[in-house]
Amino acid sequence: MGRTFAEKALGRAAGHPVSANEVVTVEPDFCMSHDNTGPISRTFNKIGVKKVWKPERIVVILDHGVPAPSSDHAVNHKEAREFMHNQRAPHFYDVASSGGVCHQKFCEEGFALPGQIVIGSDSHTCTYGAFGTFATGIGRTEMAAAWATGAIWFKVPESFRIDVTGRFNENVTAKDFILKVMGDVKSDGADYMSVEFHGDGISGMSIAERMTLCNLGIEMGAKNAVCEPDQRVLDFIKGREKSNDWEILWADSDAVYARELSYDLSSIVPGVAKPHTVDNYALVESERGVHIDQAFIGTCTNGRLEDLHAAAGILKGHKVAVRTIVIPASWEVYRAALHDGTLETLIDAGCIICNSGCGPCLGAHMGTLAPGETCISTANRNFKGRMGDKESFIYLASPLTVAASALKGEISDPREALKG
Amino acid sequence: MSEILKGRAWVFGDDVDTDLIYHNKYLAETDPKNMPQYSFEYYPGHENFAREVKPGDFVVAGKNFGCGSSREHAVYCLKEAGVPVILAETCSRIYYRNAINNGYPVLFVKGISEAIKARRINDGDMLEVELETGTIRDITSGQTYHGDAVSDLEREIMSAGGLIPYLKAQKKQG
Repeated sequence: MGRTFAEKALGRAAGHPVSANEVVTVEPDFCMSHDNTGPISRTFNKIGVKKVWKPERIVVILDHGVPAPSSDHAVNHKEAREFMHNQRAPHFYDVASSGGVCHQKFCEEGFALPGQIVIGSDSHTCTYGAFGTFATGIGRTEMAAAWATGAIWFKVPESFRIDVTGRFNENVTAKDFILKVMGDVKSDGADYMSVEFHGDGISGMSIAERMTLCNLGIEMGAKNAVCEPDQRVLDFIKGREKSNDWEILWADSDAVYARELSYDLSSIVPGVAKPHTVDNYALVESERGVHIDQAFIGTCTNGRLEDLHAAAGILKGHKVAVRTIVIPASWEVYRAALHDGTLETLIDAGCIICNSGCGPCLGAHMGTLAPGETCISTANRNFKGRMGDKESFIYLASPLTVAASALKGEISDPREALKG
Repeated sequence: MSEILKGRAWVFGDDVDTDLIYHNKYLAETDPKNMPQYSFEYYPGHENFAREVKPGDFVVAGKNFGCGSSREHAVYCLKEAGVPVILAETCSRIYYRNAINNGYPVLFVKGISEAIKARRINDGDMLEVELETGTIRDITSGQTYHGDAVSDLEREIMSAGGLIPYLKAQKKQG
């Protein structure tokens, strides 16, 4: 009987073959945390261990509130800074033009590597599955324990196979696809499972698109999500990799799955997730005309260069009708968009460009919403009140749909915007 | 002999996300003792939870409780408010781990989601909960429910009082 990706990755880390539902203890290859590093370090100090098990395996990237929007945030940043300094841990990304949203930065810096185990004290850690990494989110207490012991327990998850064939039609994106999957699977449909994306539909996707897919894994309850690592992954990590101890792993063709689904990308059309759950799927067609007050393009889901290019393609030569906030997912993305003129196009169209970070995605700053306001966003969560007041509304969509909607001040179909 | 907990039910639906339990607006707060005041502030109809919850009251929820963020605040705010256990049909993976790692019990209760939807269990019902056996009696309605037991490793961590005390105890033994 063949093995799934999760069985292989956790088996490699455990040093012996494992099967679904077994409990294993493994050493993580990297541990990622962000602004919550301060509170984690306080818990760590209570354990009674002075040094983290391997300082070079701790990665800290400040992003949730950068630069600090309040003194509470500033205290968390200060603690993180001091902790990393005292531990002589080299991988610290402070509030600087070398930073960005933690998940984007983590991948750009070559910490997301095939076959490795990564834990992160952030639920969207599953994004690294785009590189064939077994990556999953954990809480703060658990992160403190992992820093101290270099060990974490997992129940080997059952797996959920999603077969993807075909290609997108024009102006349809990976975001439209994953919103459709979310609508079908629902927010608990992959609880505790490892979601594997298979097929030529995936191998035809860019790294950025695969990151968008895996990023949403947690929104269906998954432990991790993963795409088959291929030449595109090898090309991306070449020269970036922060460890040599990685290995391409993938599921056997006769592996056993708890659940299976299949999709043809040519059947996907622009979609949205309506307020207030990520699985509240609807076609853009049927939501056309819904009034919006704000548009937001950015985040670990859709703030990469090709997302900004997509938005600029629609906005070029036009003016937005509502306030439109653009946040490149990292300063590497920011720089590239600056050099190729994308930022100028967006500014000319009336967009505000903010510094790289999580921004208004979690309502901290840079575009929080007033009572009764509606935002269309490229982010991954539309929970009630997430971006500000509890009586505000969030629609999730692709960068193309968000840009098309920004032009009209109402939800609009990008296929029509590009026609005109 | 196992202890029987008694308290009132606060009833919630399916897919109660972490922003509904503890909104991201208060994430910069790091002292668990200050967190109960923000519990369920964004949950429609239960905005009064933080003011009115009494130690010993139970949180009763449907499927996928605690979906979303990895924030541990969503566990602390209920634990510190004196809610002794979460009774839910199912719970998100990260929420569940966070609960176990803080020595905070979650009972998975078969059929509770349907019972909530059918209003067979309601806000203010008096419940008796036996953690050892997972038996839940709704004194108000006369219904009985059964919660699943946790796995051995999880039980060990829980009975030590959470992951940090568990690790300390292991260190001493080693």
